Amino acid sequence: MIRVVLPAHLRTLARAGGEVEVEVDGVATQRSLLDALEARYPMLRGTIRDHVTQQRRPFVRFFACGEDLSHESPDAPLPEAVASGAEPFLLVGAIAGG
Amino acid sequence: MSGVRVLVGTRKGAFILTSDGKREHWEVAGPQFGGWEMYHLKGSPADPNRLYASQSTGWFGQMIQRSNDAGKTWEPVGNKFVYDGVPGTHQWYDGTPHPWEFKRVWHLEPSLTDPDTVYAGVEDAALFRSSDGGQTWQELPGLRGHGTGLRWQPGAGGLCLHTILLDPSDPQRIFIAISAAGAFRSDDGGETWRAINRGLRSEHIPDPDAEVGHCVHHVAMHQSRPGVLFMQKHWDVMRSDDAGDSWREVSGNLPTDFGFALDVHAHEPDTIYVVPIKSDSEHYPPEGKLRVYRSRTGGNEWEPLTQGLPQSDCYVNVLRDAMAVDSLDACGVYFGTTGGQVYASRDAGDHWAPIVRDLPAVLSVEVQTLP
Repeated sequence: MIRVVLPAHLRTLARAGGEVEVEVDGVATQRSLLDALEARYPMLRGTIRDHVTQQRRPFVRFFACGEDLSHESPDAPLPEAVASGAEPFLLVGAIAGG
Repeated sequence: MSGVRVLVGTRKGAFILTSDGKREHWEVAGPQFGGWEMYHLKGSPADPNRLYASQSTGWFGQMIQRSNDAGKTWEPVGNKFVYDGVPGTHQWYDGTPHPWEFKRVWHLEPSLTDPDTVYAGVEDAALFRSSDGGQTWQELPGLRGHGTGLRWQPGAGGLCLHTILLDPSDPQRIFIAISAAGAFRSDDGGETWRAINRGLRSEHIPDPDAEVGHCVHHVAMHQSRPGVLFMQKHWDVMRSDDAGDSWREVSGNLPTDFGFALDVHAHEPDTIYVVPIKSDSEHYPPEGKLRVYRSRTGGNEWEPLTQGLPQSDCYVNVLRDAMAVDSLDACGVYFGTTGGQVYASRDAGDHWAPIVRDLPAVLSVEVQTLP
């Protein structure tokens, strides 16, 4: 079970709490995690990554274990601490605006 | 007991204002979708409890929300807007080709007869339709593909399809308008389209009488006379008496013919309302006076309506989708400002009062008249 922390607006949209848990089959990667997250919360499709290109939206970032994983390959295995559920995977809305 | 429901989209959420038919006392509900840009909300004419709302942010993109209980509860429906085929390019501000990229939904227009059918006007400009209550969306590609799309160029607010008018007398006829391409009409339910910009004149484009390239801000019609169209263009208020085949200017004695919002009285097809704005470089009312102008002659002769509106130090804007009317007797007129006020007149514009004064900047105002 992988723990995911959603930003406030997406929590509201998904009617979910601060942290959600999703089950990932096979190797846990950004892609497999987001596939599982969107399967459980279909209303999040298109809000984190583009419907067609599957590219991360520019103002959404991925963090875990104190590291910025936003530019990692979507098919790279997630850190073991995330895959095991010891550490959460953080979806963060970039600080932007003024 | 009749009543009125005003649907207000703002930069930071949606608000629903309700009153009975007297329109003296208002209840304000909201914000709903707090923090999101609500470009537009609109109710189905066939089922007034069915509402659609366009919700977006730069962070998380576009959502479409649907309500079956007049906005008490909402459910997110489909947000997948994918252009038909290879999207191709339109022109960028500098005239170079730029790929079509979906950004947001500016306007939602529910079908006049089917609560599950709704049209969406989007940026970059295209028209989408859903026939399953907003769950899935399909582009009507004949609009972008009709031949002039390569030459469309964005206005300052983006290349947005902001106006959708469904002809109540002819289900096959649809009018749309795009900044800064112009107005277009389909006579076959959206399959094929043609530009309807003859008579528009835009001085600052290479060919002032071009087939496309005109910055049309808004178009409105009266339900009883759908062949007559009124247009607020970037500069000029225009009128067509032949369903857009030709246009003539009716700016008349307006203090400035720049502006965004325009609407038609519910019972008098020749009574129209605009809010003159000083200029394209100063998006506020002339002389700091917020004045609605009314013409009872279908244009050309205009009178300022000022009772209850600020007549000094007022520097708000009224955006293109932020004016609407109810169909009570007397006709109610409503508009919202970028300063967060929603003003209402329950006597066709003679007197005005704010329903609310301090909302976020208002992007859109729609009105439902309830039985």
